[in-house]
Amino acid sequence: MSSYAVETEDLRKIYRVGNVAVPALRGANLQVPDGEFLAIVGPSGSGKSTLFHIIGGLTPPTSGKVRVAGLDLASLTDAGRTSLRKKTVGFVFQKFNLLPNLTARDNIAVARYIAGGKGAFSKDFEELLRLLGIEKRLDHKPNALSGGEQQRVAIARAIVNHPAILLADEPTGNLDTENSRAVLEILRDLNQRRGQTILMITHNPEAAAFAHRTVRMRDGRVE
Amino acid sequence: MTAKLVFENLKNKPMRSLLSFLLIGVPVTLILTLQGLSSGMLNDAKARARGVGADILVRASNSTVGLNTGAIDIPEKYVNYFRTEVPHVKLAMGVFNRIIDLPLVVTGLNLDEFNAMNGGFNYAEGGPLRAPDDILVDTLYAKQKKLHIGDTITLLGHPWHLVGIIEGGKLARIAVSLKTLQQVLGQESPHVTWIYLKLDNPANIDAVDNFIQQHTDLRAQPMADYIEAAYNPSHIAGLSEFIYVVIAIGVVIGFAVVCLSMYMAVLQRTREIGILKAIGGSNGFILRIILAEAMLLGVGGTILGIIMSFGAWWLIRTLVPSSLQMEIVPLWWPIAGAITLVGATLGALYPGLSAARHDPIEALAYE
Repeated sequence: MSSYAVETEDLRKIYRVGNVAVPALRGANLQVPDGEFLAIVGPSGSGKSTLFHIIGGLTPPTSGKVRVAGLDLASLTDAGRTSLRKKTVGFVFQKFNLLPNLTARDNIAVARYIAGGKGAFSKDFEELLRLLGIEKRLDHKPNALSGGEQQRVAIARAIVNHPAILLADEPTGNLDTENSRAVLEILRDLNQRRGQTILMITHNPEAAAFAHRTVRMRDGRVE
Repeated sequence: MTAKLVFENLKNKPMRSLLSFLLIGVPVTLILTLQGLSSGMLNDAKARARGVGADILVRASNSTVGLNTGAIDIPEKYVNYFRTEVPHVKLAMGVFNRIIDLPLVVTGLNLDEFNAMNGGFNYAEGGPLRAPDDILVDTLYAKQKKLHIGDTITLLGHPWHLVGIIEGGKLARIAVSLKTLQQVLGQESPHVTWIYLKLDNPANIDAVDNFIQQHTDLRAQPMADYIEAAYNPSHIAGLSEFIYVVIAIGVVIGFAVVCLSMYMAVLQRTREIGILKAIGGSNGFILRIILAEAMLLGVGGTILGIIMSFGAWWLIRTLVPSSLQMEIVPLWWPIAGAITLVGATLGALYPGLSAARHDPIEALAYE
């Protein structure tokens, strides 16, 4: 099992809304090898985001197996999942989710700080910021950045701690075509140059085409 | 980084931050003003009691201490008795105190006796009492009431003629002739409130004290003991309790303001808390940020409260310098600060714990 960056088996998640049980995942099986760029597509309510939230340690599964970078998430406590989010996975969201009061640099630095990193960015990371094209925009706050710039800052934040897996939840959902393409090329570049494992949720077939492989989800299962 | 997060949060909501500082600062000012008044008024009264220059104070055995207004009077004939019959007494001076407007007191005295006891008043303007209806006031009372030499002042229903403005620090803030005051008050036989004795040698204080206890039903007390007892805040009934109540109110207000402010902040920043949790922020980290922000509000509020206490000091000094004396009490700054920080920390606990317990997925979905 350990040759996979992500592996799930009969993964189930049931949310309780009042007295009603709402199954979001109904036995999802997925295997993502190290270094793969995987696109996950599917209609709304198919369980894509729930799968991401479990893999990213934001919520525990109800049952089933899930291993991320060799860690058995089903047995992790809340503190264990917090630790997973610090170093093992990085998130990129559709709405960028930058902290509005901090500059781009500090948004990246806070993720590093939380994971225990100190001091200035490494030369390697400075180079990455240049590749992302945001090296001159780092002292601006999110409201002074374009959507594309914000998403690139979010990508930098997601990978600053060298996570084993990058989870991108519709990363181009709020971007125009040009910026979408730029972000997707960055993700592909990260995957090709650095071997970054990437799982990307998307509704857009053109975006999915950037990935090595596309899987479809329907009714809480991976088809 | 925690400091930067906290500081940027405060900076980006300036009105909320300023209002919080102000609301936290008010109880700090209240505590410092009350403590400053308590200390200032007692020290002022203490200085005036010392300025009398007496060795022993004699009063009715059941009179009260404090504001020079012992309610039980002594027949004035005792003054002569002490002067002639009690060994070692060099000078005896009877004074009559009457409250005119708490804590202001008008003191009736015999100026010759007073001058003999301590060298007399220092006159900032004008000169001593000469006519029966003359009155002296100190510089603070003159400033408060905007009085000038030659003015007529009505006190106790009687018109007095202002002849001298005296420097403070000796017995009285407002002084008139003892005889006239006794007449104005319609005393059938002349009485005094207190009698001050100056001895031939302070070493004889105990001997004189014992003599008075044995031969009269009056209460004699060495001046030093009296000053220590009468003007010690812990000996004034209710003062400490009153200060404790104000401190408790300060803690409660600080607690409530910070609780409300941080609760609002947590609500406003639900999504940001979700982001921090998504990038690995632990519950402890979130709680630490909220508590740090509350502490910073507490520190800012304390500083503003201290600044505002200078404002209160200036207002009191300008508007009612004679009625109230306030001191700046730097010793109480850290105490008021600590009290505020306790209130702020307690107030931030609930919002902080609530923020720490946020579900990251729900928080990220918060609009």
